[in-house]
Amino acid sequence: MKRRLIRKLTNLLALGLSGLATAIGLFFLGAILWTLLRNGTAGVSARLFTQMTPPPGSSGGLLNAIYGSVVMTVLGILIGGPIGLLAGTYLAEYGRTSRVSTVIRFVNDVLLSAPSIIIGLFVYEALVVRMGHFSALAGAVALAIIAMPVIVRTTEDMLNLVPQGMKDASTAMGAYHWRTVTSVVYPAARSGLLTGLLLAVARISGETAPLLFTALNNQFWSSAVNAPMANLPVVIYQFALSPYPNWQQLAWSGALIITLSILVLSIAARLVVSLSQGGRRG
Amino acid sequence: MSTVAAIDPRHVAGQRLRERVFRGATFLAALLVLALLGGVALSLVVGSWPALARFRLGFLTREIWNPVTDQYGALAPVYGTLVTSLLALALAIPVSLGIAIFLTELAPRWLKRPVGMAIELLAAVPSIIYGIWGLFVLAPILQRHVQPWLIEWLGPLPFIGRLFQGPPYGIGVLTASFVLAVMVIPFISAVMRDVFETVPEVLKESAYGLGATTWEVIWQVVVPYARTGVIGGIMLGLGRALGETMAVTFVIGNAHRIGSSLLAPGTTISASIASEFEEAVGDLYTSALVALGALLFLITFSVIAAARWMLRRLERRALSSV
Repeated sequence: MKRRLIRKLTNLLALGLSGLATAIGLFFLGAILWTLLRNGTAGVSARLFTQMTPPPGSSGGLLNAIYGSVVMTVLGILIGGPIGLLAGTYLAEYGRTSRVSTVIRFVNDVLLSAPSIIIGLFVYEALVVRMGHFSALAGAVALAIIAMPVIVRTTEDMLNLVPQGMKDASTAMGAYHWRTVTSVVYPAARSGLLTGLLLAVARISGETAPLLFTALNNQFWSSAVNAPMANLPVVIYQFALSPYPNWQQLAWSGALIITLSILVLSIAARLVVSLSQGGRRG
Repeated sequence: MSTVAAIDPRHVAGQRLRERVFRGATFLAALLVLALLGGVALSLVVGSWPALARFRLGFLTREIWNPVTDQYGALAPVYGTLVTSLLALALAIPVSLGIAIFLTELAPRWLKRPVGMAIELLAAVPSIIYGIWGLFVLAPILQRHVQPWLIEWLGPLPFIGRLFQGPPYGIGVLTASFVLAVMVIPFISAVMRDVFETVPEVLKESAYGLGATTWEVIWQVVVPYARTGVIGGIMLGLGRALGETMAVTFVIGNAHRIGSSLLAPGTTISASIASEFEEAVGDLYTSALVALGALLFLITFSVIAAARWMLRRLERRALSSV
């Protein structure tokens, strides 16, 4: 009897602790969001979206930083997206079982979790040193390299979900493989591919370390891609560590904007998947 | 034969050409992934060459880091990287295990998805956000409430007491480990949850049938079955922690020294690079920072490669058993 009691108590204790662990995880998410809302909302006003980053002590906004972040993220996806899509297509359609694919899959998985600061150093050595100056383009390339493995992985996974029967039907109609892929497989996997893109955008839009060595920062409005460009993450980094209250306030507001956008993107990415799956089942 | 419409040979040739072009394009893109890794490795070696040629093996074994006299050694950042990451894992593993158990074995169906999603969102929060949160919220709390307690109660103990001595700075090795732990929890628990779900129901049900409690089923059936995946997930988390940059840069204090106390400021490889790269004047200084990057690449690459290899093997086993 005593033994049974001990087993029951151990069971209760262990399960209680695992519930506690989950509560701890949720608590941190809540704590971070709460901090951002409390400190960030004070600085949210029309000025935030219409004025440039100010010098210390005077008022201003984050317009140039928001613009720069959007430009570099879009450029990064424009560069990394098509390459990732094609590479994922190769892995799923052409080289499914080849030995090269096994190696590429492995390398892609490694790149997927490689530290982003290393990618930043690489682009610094490969582009910035050669061009002789920091530039938004170098920043976009760094972001593209970080986005690519995400897109390769999701593309391969999503294309593999397309039923073989659909492909066979297309082949039986006399379609060449490229026609099957572009006219049958891609449309069938559309929502999955979109999810991959959204996740990639969410992944790169908060990246800071690689931009430090590539796009750097710019206190003024600049739309030239071959010059340094302001961007939210680096502005947050520099302003948060500054001693000026108005800069710190801007850093908190920027942090709020960036986190909310990323959370919305991540949730949207998951909804796209579950909606399309629900539709297919129904 | 005469009923079949004539096939235009030019059409066939065009289709074949497009097939070749499309196939070639996908193959080139796939090769680019390989080339990228090679390019990263090559550029790091080239960039770090001046520093490595100058200091040779001394770069690995010396603690000195002096931009004024141009003397650089990687020992302090490497030590800091390893200590913060391992400490973070020690904090994160039990919590991640608990979350994975809760999500797979305990939570009712309606709770699984929202809680799982919330934990995944924790992984989506950018590193820099953890940084400012760690510096402005967590560090003051640790400084005021946790560190004085550690110093008072653990400081006087023999051996481990040395880890908890000195003034409570707030920022430092312990704070960095704490922030890292919060950051890697979602990664480790996501992998653990996925491998726990691959455990066949039959195995669990037989254990329940023998009278095992839920905890006994988890600890003696689920965890041993998913062992490789659990270790793979932990190593993936380690890979994350080793290379994590912005969050650590905010809270570690960037001091190039090896202190015995966990409460003192230190530095990691990535924090050194991030905070010094912009102001690095002189080729040797920059090269030394790139050499640090090459070291980080080597360490994280081995850890991630080992983790991925284990998880891949597990995926194959799961597929072949279906």
